[in-house]
Amino acid sequence: MSATFLSSEFFHNYKRNASAIAGSIILIIFAVIVVAGPLFVAQDPYDVGQLNLLDSYKPPVWLEGGDPRFLLGTDGQGRGVLAGILYGTRVSVMIGVTAMLMSCIIGTTAGLLAGFYGGRLDAAIMRIADIQLSFPSMLIALFLMSAFGTGIDKVLIALTAVGWVVYARTVRGSTLSEVQKEYVQAARVAGLRDAKIIRRHVLPNVMTPLIVVATVQVGTFILIEASLSFLGVGVPITQPSLGLLIKNGFDVLFSGLWWTSVFPGLFIMALVFGINLFGDFLRDELNPRLK
Amino acid sequence: MLGYTIKRLLQMIFVLWIVSVIVFLMMSFTGDPVFMVIPIDSTQAEIDQARRILGLDRSLFEQYLVFMNGMLQGDFGRSYVYRQPAMDLILERLPATMEIVVVAMIFAALVAIPLGVYAGANPNRTASRAIMSGSLLGISLPSFWVGMMLIFLLAVQWQIFPSSGRGDTVEFMGLKLSVLTLDGWYHIILPSLTLSLATMAIILRITRAGMMEVMRQDYMKFARAKGVSRRGVLYGHGLRNALIPVVTIFGLQLGDLIAFATITETIFAWPGLGKLLIDSIYRADRPVIVVYLMLVAFIFVVINFIVDMVYTWIDPRITVK
Repeated sequence: MSATFLSSEFFHNYKRNASAIAGSIILIIFAVIVVAGPLFVAQDPYDVGQLNLLDSYKPPVWLEGGDPRFLLGTDGQGRGVLAGILYGTRVSVMIGVTAMLMSCIIGTTAGLLAGFYGGRLDAAIMRIADIQLSFPSMLIALFLMSAFGTGIDKVLIALTAVGWVVYARTVRGSTLSEVQKEYVQAARVAGLRDAKIIRRHVLPNVMTPLIVVATVQVGTFILIEASLSFLGVGVPITQPSLGLLIKNGFDVLFSGLWWTSVFPGLFIMALVFGINLFGDFLRDELNPRLK
Repeated sequence: MLGYTIKRLLQMIFVLWIVSVIVFLMMSFTGDPVFMVIPIDSTQAEIDQARRILGLDRSLFEQYLVFMNGMLQGDFGRSYVYRQPAMDLILERLPATMEIVVVAMIFAALVAIPLGVYAGANPNRTASRAIMSGSLLGISLPSFWVGMMLIFLLAVQWQIFPSSGRGDTVEFMGLKLSVLTLDGWYHIILPSLTLSLATMAIILRITRAGMMEVMRQDYMKFARAKGVSRRGVLYGHGLRNALIPVVTIFGLQLGDLIAFATITETIFAWPGLGKLLIDSIYRADRPVIVVYLMLVAFIFVVINFIVDMVYTWIDPRITVK
């Protein structure tokens, strides 16, 4: 981290913004969970050899009957709820981030091409985007998953199919105005190939608004994935995300075994809340209109 | 204006046609529906016969023509599971879904608009900051989890509200409605509240942003200076102008609510469209899924059309080309 960053206006505003700091603390905690989560629990929840049915449905440790080995209680297979959450957070975050990166790459490429070349290509890409935007993402994802079947790879495809549009639109808009500018004309006169102009000159100038979109999208994707998994058309049972853990907890909620669904939900909430807090700060900082 | 309306109508038909192609193609990739209609121990000859009866032995293009032809004549196929016309099934469930969606929308508007106006008019007060954090939390919550928590606390622990079903319904103009009975309201409150949370948060944020923009305008100061009460300025002059983006969002949110109703209905065992869709997905009941998607697509293009029309009506500055 260079001295210019520490003395920048961005960092100055960040230091004074309590919710931005709170958001980043939450995100750092989750980063630690994703990287080192399994180190915090003794049990590997998906190694059948480590499960014992005698441990099933133990309440959290502070309630009567709690077991110190299972801080947040256990589910029907004697799997620790905390262990499930730590492994599940990995799956949820991995899906959210990967799908965001895929959407960003595909959407940005489509937007750059549409904005740079215009004409029929532009019309075709934007028409697809328009049609897609008139449907809620959740419904498109649900429909795609019902056609594909469950699986992490399929969830990633469905989320990308839903997510690319917002990048394509944003990038196309800014590309259209960048192409008019003199530096692009100059690059053309200098005889640079289109691919190089797009990559070296246009792309860096249309990136900034994407940062906010990408940040918030990770949160949205985590929620959509959780909803899909809750409906049984998301990740497979062998690699449960937080959403699937909640679904499994739902089946026993009526018997009063609340801890199997309450805790995974609190984790999703904290994770997405952290992302949104930070995204809100970025939006205010990077939006020149509000300055 | 007439030219614009006609152009929009043609666009709507084009969009619906594209959707029909996509829906048809995607559906033909899903599991083989033949195995949904025949007994497990069928012979190969029986399987072939079933395939012929369903028209699945023909080429994809021919199948599409049959499908399109049927749709244009109002024949949307029969459910493999219920053995009745898919459209009838859908129309039977539609009122239940519209009920929770409309009630959720009303909840959202009643809470979000006043709070949004307050937070936009007094952006620096502690209460406004609390409202904004609350709305951010509302966006961050998985709605199905909220529904489960409401069931656990209010239905299982304290037993104030029922946890599932629709309650008593009354026939009104051929539709079975829950909102006309007290028992129906008991049943509708939890699902609608669950469904409305995200929309509430979004409308609140849009209203606030609109109000903050409007508060800077000179006409607000002028109205206040000429002696209009603060309340009158906020709601009469401010909200009226801040409302324009809210109307669009309302339209878009209606679509989202119909989509998210699938989850809410699953949790609360609410016998609406969404639950039918999920059940049909589990059972690979293709005709029902297709009709659901086409109907929802139709609803969406109509909503978008209405939103565009309302736009020009509430904001006379917008002229259509």
